[in-house]
Amino acid sequence: MKKFIGALLGASALCATASVALAEKLTIATVNNGDMIRMQGLTADFTAKNPGIELQWVTLEENVLRQKVTTDIATKGGQFDVLTIGTYEVPIWAGKGWLNELNGLDDVEDILPAIRAGLSLDGKVYAAPFYGESSMIMYRKDLMEKAGLTMPDGPNWEFVRKAAKAMTDKSNEVYGICLRGKAGWGENMAFLTATSNAFGARWFDMDWNPEFDGPEWKETLTFYVDMMNESGPPGASSNGFNENLALFNTGKCGMWIDATVAASFVTNPKDSSVHDKVGFALAPDAGKGKRSNWLWAWSLAIPSGTKKNDAAQKFVSWATSKAYLELVASKEGWANVPPGTRISLYKNQKYLDAAPFAQMTLDSINAADPVNGTVKPKPYVGVQFAAIPEFQGLATKIGQIFSAALAGSKSVDDALAEAQAVAVRTMKKAGYIK
Amino acid sequence: MARHITTQRKILVTGGAWLAAFIIFFPVLWMFLTSFKTELDAFSQPPSFLFFDWTLENYETVLERSNYFRFALNSIWLALGSTALGLLIAVPAAWGMAFSPTKRTRGTLLWMLSTKMMPPVGVLIPIYLIFRDWGLLDTRFGLICILFLMNLPIIIWMLYTYFKDIPTDILEAARMDGATLGKEILYVLTPMAIPGITSTVLLNIILSWNEAFWTLNLTTIDAAPLTAFIASYSSPEGLFWAKLSAASTMAIAPIIVLGWFSQKQLVRGLTFGAVK
Amino acid sequence: MATKQTKTLATFMVAPSVTMLFLWMIVPLGMTIYFSLLRYNLLDPGNEAFVGLENYSYFLSDPDFFTALFNTLILVGSVLVITVVGGVLLAILLDQPFFGQGVARLMVIAPFFVMPTVSALIWKNLLMNPVSGFFAFLSKTFGMEPIDWLGDLPLFSIIILVAWQWLPFATLILLTAVGSLDGERKEAAEMDGAGPLSLFYYIILPHLARAITVVILIETIFLLSVFAEIFVTTGGGPGLATTNIAFLVYSQALLQFDIGGASAGGIVAVILANIVAIFLVRMVGKNLDT
Repeated sequence: MKKFIGALLGASALCATASVALAEKLTIATVNNGDMIRMQGLTADFTAKNPGIELQWVTLEENVLRQKVTTDIATKGGQFDVLTIGTYEVPIWAGKGWLNELNGLDDVEDILPAIRAGLSLDGKVYAAPFYGESSMIMYRKDLMEKAGLTMPDGPNWEFVRKAAKAMTDKSNEVYGICLRGKAGWGENMAFLTATSNAFGARWFDMDWNPEFDGPEWKETLTFYVDMMNESGPPGASSNGFNENLALFNTGKCGMWIDATVAASFVTNPKDSSVHDKVGFALAPDAGKGKRSNWLWAWSLAIPSGTKKNDAAQKFVSWATSKAYLELVASKEGWANVPPGTRISLYKNQKYLDAAPFAQMTLDSINAADPVNGTVKPKPYVGVQFAAIPEFQGLATKIGQIFSAALAGSKSVDDALAEAQAVAVRTMKKAGYIK
Repeated sequence: MARHITTQRKILVTGGAWLAAFIIFFPVLWMFLTSFKTELDAFSQPPSFLFFDWTLENYETVLERSNYFRFALNSIWLALGSTALGLLIAVPAAWGMAFSPTKRTRGTLLWMLSTKMMPPVGVLIPIYLIFRDWGLLDTRFGLICILFLMNLPIIIWMLYTYFKDIPTDILEAARMDGATLGKEILYVLTPMAIPGITSTVLLNIILSWNEAFWTLNLTTIDAAPLTAFIASYSSPEGLFWAKLSAASTMAIAPIIVLGWFSQKQLVRGLTFGAVK
Repeated sequence: MATKQTKTLATFMVAPSVTMLFLWMIVPLGMTIYFSLLRYNLLDPGNEAFVGLENYSYFLSDPDFFTALFNTLILVGSVLVITVVGGVLLAILLDQPFFGQGVARLMVIAPFFVMPTVSALIWKNLLMNPVSGFFAFLSKTFGMEPIDWLGDLPLFSIIILVAWQWLPFATLILLTAVGSLDGERKEAAEMDGAGPLSLFYYIILPHLARAITVVILIETIFLLSVFAEIFVTTGGGPGLATTNIAFLVYSQALLQFDIGGASAGGIVAVILANIVAIFLVRMVGKNLDT
């Protein structure tokens, strides 16, 4: 027995050295979201189809990953061959020439146009969407009924506020509306920026002058703070996605407006105590022609510093192909395929049957427009962000200020004045305005 | 050692100490319990203490998803490597400064501490560039060096403090008896310094174990320790509470075991001191 | 007592650590000073330009700077007080013989084993959450309104969280120091009829002086750069309530990738830390030589 194991070990060691000599090792940096974890589990399918390529996964939480990947690509550290980045990074990095153009993607025309627009520069595709998301309303049908209201498919903010008030029952810890309040450019500012689009606001005018002193932002922030004070949960100023998800899943929220990916969590009987009572609706508008939903796509891109471009291209094509969707469906069921990237998926009856939130996700994504998402024209790309390098830091600072307004330690007027001052300062330092 | 302790007092102290220990330990205990709950139970209110459906599902998922042992092994390497290197350099330094102080000793000590004052994030880019050029990115050796240098001032300080506590007249007595320097260190100094050295080692291992800035930013795969393992379970989008608790429990398990052993060592060291 | 020979030997033994630390300090510091004089955004390579002290003037004239400085001092000061007082009391308590001493000691030290990010998540979600947290459950059990910890008492919450992490460190060091106190001396004092208070004040406290000094100095260094706990729980908010200098530098370096600005911030932080250290040494430094 021992000999046998020894022989086996020897043989496998030989194989290992042999394959190391031949195989190209791709290092793939990815975020730890459920869909990527599933992709990691399907590594074997890729390596079977592409002998000679080995995959090494670096799976990290999104903020840590972003830091690492940005440091690496900007200093040309060359540690990664495939990157997982968002719609925020792609236009900036592609503009710097840090990403290789993707060729050989599976059926580019099938990728949802709104997503494709966010990942292209001058007509060339620099990143392939792995999954896409927008935001929408998730609400409790039973509470809505109890309040004597019906949710339209595309409500406006006034209705949401009225419904939130009617659903709130603070003595029983039911709060009509749960929204993000924790400071951060991807936390409360993603939500508030998307919301402000409906109220006609924008970050900068066409000459890059910040517009936080305008009436649109005032209306946005006043509305948000007032509604949360009326019908929001306590501690809202430190709630992010996870905190709200926990509240919603334990039956404490009437409505929650957040990422479409949450739909699969709140309808999962294992995680949610309200899984059979959830309805979906488009993010609200305010009668100005734009809705408050964002657009984000976690996408795969290849840094221009890689020495393994061909293998990396193969991998990106595999992971974002239609065949990959079918592979996931065959192993884990249609409800678990990465959503929001391909037109064909939303024509697939099997998918529509398995995922009750599919249509609403698609409508939400289609309603978002990274280029013309605001009522007035804007000089930047992005729905819930402005794709300029300064945005992350600036929005985080402003996010802190707005979260103070929500906590009540600052008035809305003071908060906006401060936000304006900070924005002007940052834009001056970066040389956009004099 | 013959302190007269009444049973009454002992019971009183026992009660007080356990109460304090329980309060301080509670968050860790809570995390441990949560790791056996389902994601839904983890958030239910009122919380369930012991009577929930215990499940090992979280641990299974975590073990299935990531190569825990590779991460753990790296953590052990980094912690032990940097501690060993640290002791090697710090013991002589602390010994020299404690028993043969000069006018500059205090200044040197303070200066050493001041090397720790730079916020790491401020020097990330310089260090990253150096690591890139020297091929140290994602190597255990590079990280051991960083952790060693980061903790060196702390080790020297703690050892210095403990060495200072050792009464010099004993050393002189030994010297009078004709003990050589080697013997002096081996037979006189070391036994008396053991409790101090033990807590220093323990502290240094913990600091290396928990260091989450450099270990995250300078590694990808080969040298990635448990901090990277944890970073793949905490997430701003996705409720993996119970799984995170399970991962955290696994991340601190090795060091708790170590703490348990060194705790015994510590106690023995202390009694040794009292017997002398 | 020290002969010339031992003096030389001592210098020889101290030299390696001094050399290494000197290099470790001077190389990154030199590069950081150099970067701090450049306009250098990581996301905009190739456009570096010498700008003199502009980065410093931006960092220091930032209206957030003084709030952050103030928050940093409050945070460091409060945590020091809590951990030192708590640590001394715990060390004395745990030094007494009692049943299950080993386990209880380990339990007290345990929080130190938990990584900062994880303990921040535990406190934020499982304990302090005003709707589903354990503290809310306690409040409700006693018929009180749950407290919105991170919203209404943000800095206080962070202080509690950080103090919880560092109390074990203080206890560990002080426990070792209490243990080395001569039992006979304590006994002699007790025989002389010294009450527990005067025993504490005249025998134990002086004996602990140096250990306390070390705890204060080492903790100060770590507390000045507390970051993960803030990032995970409040993101520096609401407003600037929990923004400290480390968080400010972080947002320059890893959110704006403004390396020039972050380097300037880093240098300012070093200078501030040194001022704090000098101040501390004035206050407690005499304990080091005894």
